[in-house]
Amino acid sequence: MGTKKTSLYQLHQDCNAKFVEFAGYQMPIQYSEGIVEEHKFTRNHSGIFDVSHMGQLFIYGGEELIKDLEKIFPLDLKNLKLNHSKYSFLMDKDAGIQDDLIITKIDEGFLIILNAACKDNDFKILKELLKKKYKMVLDENRSLIAIQGPKSSQILNEVVDGVKDLNFMSGNWFLFDNQKVYITRSGYTGEDGFEISIPNNFAEKLTRELINKGSKLAGLGARDTLRLEAGLCLYGHDLDKDKTPVEANLKWAISKERISKGDFIGSDIIIKQLNDGVSKIRVGIKPEGRIIAREKTKIFNQSDVHIGEITSGTFGPSVNGPVAMGYVENEFSKKNTKVFLEVRGKKYAANICSLPFYKKSYVKGVNQ
Amino acid sequence: MSEVKYSKEHEWIKLEGDVATIGITKHATEMLGDIVFAELPEKGSDVEKDGTAGVVESTKAASDVYTPVSGEVVDTNQEIVDDPSKINQDPENSAWFFKLKIKDKSEMDSLMNKDDYDKFAKENNT
Repeated sequence: MGTKKTSLYQLHQDCNAKFVEFAGYQMPIQYSEGIVEEHKFTRNHSGIFDVSHMGQLFIYGGEELIKDLEKIFPLDLKNLKLNHSKYSFLMDKDAGIQDDLIITKIDEGFLIILNAACKDNDFKILKELLKKKYKMVLDENRSLIAIQGPKSSQILNEVVDGVKDLNFMSGNWFLFDNQKVYITRSGYTGEDGFEISIPNNFAEKLTRELINKGSKLAGLGARDTLRLEAGLCLYGHDLDKDKTPVEANLKWAISKERISKGDFIGSDIIIKQLNDGVSKIRVGIKPEGRIIAREKTKIFNQSDVHIGEITSGTFGPSVNGPVAMGYVENEFSKKNTKVFLEVRGKKYAANICSLPFYKKSYVKGVNQ
Repeated sequence: MSEVKYSKEHEWIKLEGDVATIGITKHATEMLGDIVFAELPEKGSDVEKDGTAGVVESTKAASDVYTPVSGEVVDTNQEIVDDPSKINQDPENSAWFFKLKIKDKSEMDSLMNKDDYDKFAKENNT
């Protein structure tokens, strides 16, 4: 099987994209202006990201589906309002993270946005866990376009009237060119923005209109520097099966009400870790100089003892310096703890810091 | 007269007397993307032909910089360390990396001239 192309492939080519293979798809890593410009344009204006490789899983069902999904996700789904979204994860019985995701309550059930590399496996796992009781569609006929940055609300609203009234982490159906598109106010860049689920045949038309209104395409490279500055995790790097949500410092995403019940997959481990603490935990790390500590860089304490590893590291264009995340032994996770990073055989000083590196500017919306 | 020569590792080298100025090619910077970090060899150190003599990092990845000839490092360009984006702006001129007092001019013989390098770069567009 060859690599897949998204419905924006031609547009990417027309815009001089450099392609990389990512999770079996030919995806644009950057366009002619480069990662730093695309990153800054998104922070200051508006960037468009083709994230059509991500999974759009529709699960159809009512009350019973809510009960069954609560056995899987650590969320208070029965109180999740229509068209509201939550960040969550699919865990195994040891609370290891098999994927991280956004789940949205829609009229007929739920829409779950999954990572590209995990989506087929997630589908299998969920189908089995739900005992094939519900209609599940991993929709390949829809594209997913993200528009992110402070001007995005105004730009998208010119093309799809009414989106500017959406609240953060909520969505609704809108019409574009007489097509039903589902738009949520969300994203993964630390900026205000939207994700648009749209039939494949209309994705290019929508994107070209957004470009005409002043937004610009940005590639996966900029997406990575933006999300890292925003302190957001990338599955397969900062999250994987060997890490739990508590270790990943994502306990804010676990419903307290559901912990008290303790009836979801992995809940015994989660509860134990919340009570007893964890031995390793995800932290932000800021190198003191310009040195970039990439994934798998070893972290040492002041006594030269190996205490952890970097899971994501790059140069942050808005921070104008290197930024990184990684896991360290719990006792070294306090803010301002001095650590050392081994890069090309030499050790460089760095400090544990709080996340995000770049302050979010999410808009709550007019109704809140 | 000084002639500029090129290596398969995408360095350029310009010899004046017995001092060679070395940097990375425009083609290399286009492959790397935005350069955000540069590390240079220490002044006074000796470097060996085809050995590592520095590092550049883009937002995407780190790459070693090799020296196409052997010699003693007599000068380094701190400007590109302080502002690595200069490498993208003017790679084959003001954004040179280091200067070597070279030992053996014959090491220059195996390097490519501009036409051969351009052809090589086009064929190795990765």
